[in-house]
Amino acid sequence: MLQLNNVEVIYNDVILVLKGLSMEVKQGQIVALLGANGAGKSTTLKAISGLLKPDDGEVTDGSILFMGQPIHNKDAEDIVRAGIFQVMEGRRVFEHLTVEENLQAGAYTRRDRRNIARDMERVYDYFPRMAQRRHQQAGFLSGGEQQMLAIGRALMARPKLMLLDEPSLGLAPLLVREIFDIIKRINAEEGTTILLVEQNATLALGIADYGYIMENGRVVLEGTAEQLANNEDVKEFYLGLTEVGKRKSYREVKHYKRRKRWLS
Amino acid sequence: MDKFLQLTITGLTTGMVYALIALGFVIIYKSSDVINFAQGELMVVGAYLLYAFIVQFGLPASLAMAATLGVAVLLGVTIERLVLRPMIGEPIISLIMVTIGLSSVLKGMVNAIWGPVPRPFPEFIPRANVAIGPAVVPADRLIAIAIALFFLVLFTLFFRFTREGIAMRAIADDQQAALSMGISVKRVFAVAWAIAAVSAAVAGAIVANIIGVGGEIAGLGLRVFPVVILGGLDSVPGAVIGGLIIGLLEAYTGGYIGEGLNLIIPFIVLLLVLMVRPYGLFGKVIIERV
Repeated sequence: MLQLNNVEVIYNDVILVLKGLSMEVKQGQIVALLGANGAGKSTTLKAISGLLKPDDGEVTDGSILFMGQPIHNKDAEDIVRAGIFQVMEGRRVFEHLTVEENLQAGAYTRRDRRNIARDMERVYDYFPRMAQRRHQQAGFLSGGEQQMLAIGRALMARPKLMLLDEPSLGLAPLLVREIFDIIKRINAEEGTTILLVEQNATLALGIADYGYIMENGRVVLEGTAEQLANNEDVKEFYLGLTEVGKRKSYREVKHYKRRKRWLS
Repeated sequence: MDKFLQLTITGLTTGMVYALIALGFVIIYKSSDVINFAQGELMVVGAYLLYAFIVQFGLPASLAMAATLGVAVLLGVTIERLVLRPMIGEPIISLIMVTIGLSSVLKGMVNAIWGPVPRPFPEFIPRANVAIGPAVVPADRLIAIAIALFFLVLFTLFFRFTREGIAMRAIADDQQAALSMGISVKRVFAVAWAIAAVSAAVAGAIVANIIGVGGEIAGLGLRVFPVVILGGLDSVPGAVIGGLIIGLLEAYTGGYIGEGLNLIIPFIVLLLVLMVRPYGLFGKVIIERV
């Protein structure tokens, strides 16, 4: 469905952030994209959704294909119309618009205006709390509710592929569970393919079918969620477990003892 | 008592004209967070266009008005395309500076075409006096009220219920997030500028009908500034209520205390209001979650 081939992204004409990234997202899957801060995960999503331009970024090499069509460096509007919708990091709801107006904004590119009311009901079905607050300004919602609204807003566009950038950011563990359950439901019930960027590797691998691990603008490891969860390096560096499988305290972490084997 | 009534009615009518001008500011600010300092010059251009169509081309008033509005739409879209689009994503302050430059360019163009001398304006709205009880009001003021009310309702409905209206407010809130919804910032800005140019042209025509066509119409744009700030830059009802408050204040101070002071009072009120409500009477409150 989505293919990235040797994608290179440069910011401000000088800063090379993605250095030949290749990955693939298959129809109907949940794919997790994991990695540390600054690995280039968000940049990857923005390269796909066409949101690099406001940040002065550009895909300078390689190609991004969606359903066989090249979409790199296209305008965000065209990409949304093609069926890719990014839920941006940090929720980014329209604070002064009501919940309902936020959802309407999400449906901006829809041509079948008649079905919008029905889809709104479906969003309220996924997130009953949104229904109670439909006439409230989104800025006054709690963080968890805003994240739900951001995902609901994406649903309103009826995307084929949803890009989620750190939906767990800054939320209480219980809420994170709830949101991840809903992501899984959306994938199963709507058939929406999902590309999920996360720092919380345990959670992400818990719902994903396939995963990629990024470091320094490249994919360094990939595999099914199960393979990754059982990989010694991933356990050590992303899941916070030692080789024997017990939780490690930060005091004992001595990174020099063990090098990431994928870094040549 | 008669004097009070007369002043009240005069104040309300001037206030409504202010409100109409203020709406132009509001629509640009609401969609792009930019204060459009060229709004006053757009009024001048609108007034001169109407003048040209009526006097120089000899069109009947209704046809001339339609032509003016058509050109205003084109002008708004062109300004967006040539002046503002290259600035998308730049800091707001640069955009505001660009509108100041734009006002100079428009002023120069008007001067080059029609010269700096103000001209009498053909009577396209009847100026005859109408008696309301003991007070006397020129008819054009009453028509100004009707037109301003019409635009107020139209804009309010537009922002609340239409796809483009919601998109406009979304862009004002978070431009990048709006982009990620597939909202076309370019298109929405073009629509906003077209609407602003149209409302400026209408306001310009009404003002010209009252004071004649000339560069000083733009000065009114500045006089309206306290109105927009007072009402809240992003509020359509705020523009109207702010307009009425300033209009009434001007009329009362002019009538009871003395001419001249009425030019200062609005700014004093503005200062006082901003001390208490920095976002204006109806402006959007900055939401801070803690």
